[in-house]
Formats: sequence, structure tokens, C-alpha cells
Amino acid sequence: MSEQKITSLHLDVLKEIGNIGAAHAATALSNLLNRKIDMQVPKVEMVSFEDMMELVGGAETVVVGIFLRIEGDSEGSMFFILPIEQANRFIRSLINDDQFDFKDSQLSELGVSAMQELGNILSGSYLSALSDFTGMKLYPTVPGLSVDMFGAIISIGLIEISKASDQVIVINTSIFEEGYSDCNEVHGHFFLLPDPDSTKDILKALGVY
Amino acid sequence: MVDARTSQVIKVGIAQMDVVKMPDTIRTSGLGSCVGVVLYDDIKHIAGLVHIMLPDSSLARTETINEAKFANTGIKALIKKLKLEGVQPLRLKAKIAGGAQMFKFTSDKDSMRIGPRNVEAVKKELTRNSIPLIAEDTGGNSGRTIEFNPVTCQLSIRTVNQGVSEI
Repeated sequence: MSEQKITSLHLDVLKEIGNIGAAHAATALSNLLNRKIDMQVPKVEMVSFEDMMELVGGAETVVVGIFLRIEGDSEGSMFFILPIEQANRFIRSLINDDQFDFKDSQLSELGVSAMQELGNILSGSYLSALSDFTGMKLYPTVPGLSVDMFGAIISIGLIEISKASDQVIVINTSIFEEGYSDCNEVHGHFFLLPDPDSTKDILKALGVY
Repeated sequence: MVDARTSQVIKVGIAQMDVVKMPDTIRTSGLGSCVGVVLYDDIKHIAGLVHIMLPDSSLARTETINEAKFANTGIKALIKKLKLEGVQPLRLKAKIAGGAQMFKFTSDKDSMRIGPRNVEAVKKELTRNSIPLIAEDTGGNSGRTIEFNPVTCQLSIRTVNQGVSEI
């Protein structure tokens, strides 16, 4: 889908998708951690691959990344990206281990599987909300986990898109714990990157295309 | 160093390319399944780097393509760019890094195996252009940031867990 065809109504609809998906995921996270989780108003942007790298502070920023592919009525990639410090706080609280640190080269199995499960639950809530809202059947793959440079992680989501375009539509919602909203650290992000033809499918399913 | 001015680092983004002359160095960050291809002339101390995403331009579904995105067109375009800088293609040598598989998946989808496919395609294109591959650091499952110095002709590779190495 070329960029000229995206109207402000389309952007609003995509924003609503980010809103509904991330709100469900934030609620799930809040229940898991027994802590208040806030989210920012979603941003929907069409950006170059290079600008995509800047969304969490550059290609080299080390992050904890959960990635899954969505297949079915609409296809795309979904990422849940957490800065190391935030991921550490979540996992320490989940497994009751203050020493756990994603910066260590040897990670405890318990911490890793807790992070994977967290990714499962959050992406599951995001996508089931999206599926309910659009009436589309969506089949997510099992999420994968990687602690690495943001550029190396996010580029796997750009592969399908790069066959058809040099730009990407990003549905971007950030979440943060209460009390951390104005600290300078980068927040956790949900990134939904619809494949080029899938944006149209989503908009069609909602009757706005 | 002959040149008295301070050296600069030329940054190359994803699906982009550029060339560099000493004393400057050239760098690309956060290579995952992408491959960074450095072509260099070790006598003139000129080098080019292309950050490729996909193996072949036949995968493109657009009329106009960004040459730097694909292994086949990217390497050709870089050779052309180096020629304009006065480099003899026969003198070019190559060092490459990247092509990792960042996530382990059971999915057969081709895009999940893109790292190894990129590496294969790069090697094929180098052979086709008779450019010897001097060194490589490819595969695995770690992201890489690479920087090439056209004076020493060393490619330094940084990963999150293994620190910095040189090839």
C-alpha cells in the first residue's frame, strides 16, 4: 500500500488498534506484577528503516526483545521491546531474585523462561484484543526472545516489508510503571509492523477502506 | 598518519552504502540477519561498505529499487562507486560480517532463514566479480556492529556478549 492512500482516518483507526491492544497487554502486565502500569497515547507513523532504529535510541542500544510473526487474515511482525533496566525490574519481581540481570552473559534459566512467558502473555493479550476488535483470525507464532542490539532485533521485522517498500508503518505504544513516567530512561514499547498489504486488510476489516 | 586532520567515522545505515578514504573509518551498527560487506583497496586505502538486507533484487515487489538493499545489486553498485574514486576493481578485496539468526523458530518461512541466505548470496556475487573474500565473521545468533579502517584494513566487530574482535 502506498503512502498516498493513507488518510488521517486510517491513521486514527490504526492508533485505536494500538490503543486497544496495548491497553489489554498493560492490564495483563499490571496483574502479573501487581503494580500500576501506564501507557502513552499510541503513535502511528510511516518511517524510513533508519528512523525506525531511532525509536528506542539507535541501532546499537541493547534491549530485551520479544518477537513473533502474525499469520492468518492479516500478516505482520510484533515486537515487545524493553530497556534492560525495566526488564530487570519486571523479572526480579516475578521470580523474586534481586540479583537477576539481563546484562550477565550467563542468564538463569528461570529468568529467561519468565521473560519468555511474560512475552507470551503480553503479546497474546495484545493480539486477542486486536482479533476481537477487527474480527480477523490471527495466528501468532511462538514468541522468540533475544537480548541484543535493537537494530539487530528489529531488522527481522523489516525483511518482509523491505521487499515492497523502503518505509514502514509502525504502530507504537509505550508502557511504563507508575512513578517512572518522567525519568529519562526509554520506556518499553509494543511495535506492530503490518506487512505491506496487511494494513489494507486491517482497514477493510474495520470498514474504513 | 600522513593526513594531519582528525579522522572521522562515516556511518552507513541499513540498506545504504558509502565509501571512505584514509584517515577516516567506516561503520555500520546493529547488523542482525543483514550482512555488512566491505570492499577495499589496500594500496590506495579506499574502502566501501554496503549494509544489505536481502539476497536478491528479484525479491523486490517495486518498480524502482534501492540497490544497496540487495546482495546482487548492492555489491555491483558499490564496485561502481569505488571505480569513480579511482579504484581498480581488480585490486578489490572483501571482508564480510553479519547474517545472524537472531531468533530460533520452527517456522519454515523463508524470511526466518534470511541471514544464511544473505551470506550465500554475498559470496556468490563476490565470486562472480572475482573479488577474493579475505575474512568473514558470519552466522551465529548475535547482533554485530562493525567498523573498517582503510589504513590497517582491519575490520573490528563488536557483539554484546563477546566484546570486540578484529578480522
